[in-house]
Amino acid sequence: MDWLELKPEGLFCAPGAFYIDPLQPVAHAVITHGHSDHARPNHTHVTATPETLAIMQLRMGEGRAGHTQQPLHYGQVTSVGDMQLWLAPAGHVLGSAQVVMEYRGQRAVVSGDYKRAPDPTCVPFEVVPCDLFVTEATFGLPVFRLPDPAHEIGKLLHDVRLFPERTHVVGCYALGKCQRLIALLRNAGYHDPLWLHGALLPMCRLYESLGIPLGELRSATVAQKGEMRGGIVLAPPSAIADRWARRLPDPVVCLASGWMHVRQRAKARGVELPLVISDHADWDALLDTCRATGAKEIWVTHGREDALIHALGKMQIQGRALRLIGYEDEDEDLTTGAPA
Amino acid sequence: MIEFATLLERLAFTPSRTMKLALLKEYFTMAPDPDRGYALAAMAGSLSFAAVKPAMLRALAMERIDPELFALSYDYVGDLAETVALIWCPDAGQHTDMPAPSLSEVVHTLERLPKAEVPGVIREWLDACDASSRYALLKLITGSLRVGASARLAKTALANIATISPDDIEEVWHGLEPPYEALFAWVEGKAPKPDAKDAPVFRPPMLAQPLENVDLTTLDPADWRAEWKWDGIRVQLVSTPGGERVYTRTAEDIGKAFPDILAIMQDLGSRVVLDGELLIMHGSSVAPFSDLQQRLNRKAPTAPMLRDMPAGVRLYDILFEDGEDLRSLPFDTRRERLESWFARLNPPRMTVSELIPFSEFGELAKLRDAARSEGIEGLMLKKADSPYVPGRPRGPWWKWKRDPLTVDAVVMYAQRGHGKRSSFYSDYTFGLWRTVEGKRELVPIGKAYSGFTDEELKFLDKWVRDHTTKRFGPVREVAHGLVLEIAFDAAQYSKRHKSGVALRFPRVSRIRRDKPVEDADTLETFIRAFL
Ligand SMILES: [Zn+2]
Ligand SMILES: [Zn+2]
Repeated sequence: MDWLELKPEGLFCAPGAFYIDPLQPVAHAVITHGHSDHARPNHTHVTATPETLAIMQLRMGEGRAGHTQQPLHYGQVTSVGDMQLWLAPAGHVLGSAQVVMEYRGQRAVVSGDYKRAPDPTCVPFEVVPCDLFVTEATFGLPVFRLPDPAHEIGKLLHDVRLFPERTHVVGCYALGKCQRLIALLRNAGYHDPLWLHGALLPMCRLYESLGIPLGELRSATVAQKGEMRGGIVLAPPSAIADRWARRLPDPVVCLASGWMHVRQRAKARGVELPLVISDHADWDALLDTCRATGAKEIWVTHGREDALIHALGKMQIQGRALRLIGYEDEDEDLTTGAPA
Repeated sequence: MIEFATLLERLAFTPSRTMKLALLKEYFTMAPDPDRGYALAAMAGSLSFAAVKPAMLRALAMERIDPELFALSYDYVGDLAETVALIWCPDAGQHTDMPAPSLSEVVHTLERLPKAEVPGVIREWLDACDASSRYALLKLITGSLRVGASARLAKTALANIATISPDDIEEVWHGLEPPYEALFAWVEGKAPKPDAKDAPVFRPPMLAQPLENVDLTTLDPADWRAEWKWDGIRVQLVSTPGGERVYTRTAEDIGKAFPDILAIMQDLGSRVVLDGELLIMHGSSVAPFSDLQQRLNRKAPTAPMLRDMPAGVRLYDILFEDGEDLRSLPFDTRRERLESWFARLNPPRMTVSELIPFSEFGELAKLRDAARSEGIEGLMLKKADSPYVPGRPRGPWWKWKRDPLTVDAVVMYAQRGHGKRSSFYSDYTFGLWRTVEGKRELVPIGKAYSGFTDEELKFLDKWVRDHTTKRFGPVREVAHGLVLEIAFDAAQYSKRHKSGVALRFPRVSRIRRDKPVEDADTLETFIRAFL
């Protein structure tokens, strides 16, 4: 496909003259979702779902989330130049979208980050048949066949019952993972108040205002130490094993991330209870999705592309590594071991 | 298998002893016989099937997965069993409806299965298990299970079920075999205590309390006996009609590492239980602890090791003789029995620990401080009428260690601690000055992670954070700006350390904020003073 090209600023759609998740400020950016490596500040014009625009506004502050904004609901088609553009659900976080582009009878889909596992906090991924599919590959190795998140939540709740005198502190990313964890806990019948690190509360309030109920949430920062005993505390991964966590009574350090699937990763982080909960497609989901789109050509943006391209080749699908620099998995920074 | 796998996973990640005990207790209470018995055997290292070779696992994995994908995955994960466990894709429709094998099924099958049939059975098991059970299964059958809990901890958890002491379990343990059904029945109150009969079981030892806050003037020297406290490994030698054993004081059977001692006991043929100190001895002189360490590190010693580092035992006490339990007798009586036994048999490579004559404690204090010779840690004071009581009772026995040695060293690196300490930089590498080609530099001589108060830890943690110059994962390099007074029990030469020296039991005794780093000790003065 020759009308989608890689430029230093990011992936560029020539007939529409827009970039998808560009790394530098541009005139027109189409943003897949609100994570900071995909949604960057100071573009002139931004197209995204209403939820993603709200998330960008919250993260970046008034004025930095695009000079002008174009909200686009899932499935709502818009014309840009002589091409058509619409957004389809990606199932990654609230508002996350795949970018679907049609030009001269060809259709290209850029997935952004996505997952296929159920998530009560966002609309599920939708397969859009296409000629070119641009996929992520965060968990692009066959060892990443991730367990059912409900099973992992069961593990956490079992531990909470077994050690009622300790406090479980779960490290989770502020956008998406945190709210999904809360919703999974509520679905599993846990309705006690949850204690939240100050950095997590604003995003939860935004989710609630966008129609995702999360139950009773309290601030861990102003709580008395004794109040949290036996409870569940959520905090950013950088805080769980650092000075912030010292305010918690006898904490059990937990971390919710797909990387927890590999023991050494979990051990290196000093995690006591690893919870394998990921917002990215696992190995089977990557292959299933690539196959289901029917695309003859697959581009792999960020993650472990070698194994995925090798496996696609065996399915007679042509894969190409884009090696986009600047995107990182939002969980990846947890495992580099740099204490923050 | 699933319950066992869950237990293993949780134990592997939990640093806290209390948590491990709670997890083990929960497992032993919930899991059925004989599974829980085999789990206990896995932790105690007493399972008896031949281990499966890693090459077989690799071959099995290759049946299901492309070699390129396997190589990329193995590269990333770094552990064969874990890679296979994670990558294994249950064969659709074949065995997926089969339940995962129980732990006992795995053990029984591998004990009797002809070698050629093993791969087929493992394939079926892998298909029937989830990833976590596959990992536990593969670690178990390859004999590379690292449980994250010692045998002693498992026995303590068992004892907690019955509110008995783990020592009660030790007393019967070595007369039992997997799957230990009689043991579980006993701790659950469903059967009487198992009878060890003639088995060479371990007898929990009597330990001494440190002599602290004791007013010696209130004690009558005539009531007390003094012995040297030797710096070796406290052992129990057991000889019964059921065999001979060498146990550590934590009930670990170390006989295989000391065949020289076992052979002597076999030759003697005397049915006794003796308490003593295992030492490496050249004639009557005691070799440094590091020699003993080398023997301990080997499962079985080489011929040159047996020749160059011969083991011996310095005897402290006798617990049983010809089936007679002597433990309730007074120390003096047991001592007579020990001496007369020794005189009758005159066993090679054994000596009776000498009693030090004294008429007042002041004399002993002087002797203790003067004794800087190899192999002496201090003194033991034992009450003349004390029976041999398992555990660490306060009063009848005291250990009177000589004062520790100290050195002023500079903090060079710090590392995060574990468990409760994981948010603190609590492990410190310290070094001494030396001059190389006219340049003064610090060379690390050891690591300390204890000895400080909570307040001092807070100070050290903050100091490390404020003076970090480089980070390597969990380790921080710090500016050379803080002196610690390090206490240690002994110094020795070591080829493994860059400085050529190593410390025994180093700990932080004081933070010397007052001392400029330039005034910390040099390696040269250290060697002159302590080696
Ligand atoms: Zn993302
Ligand atoms: Zn991403």
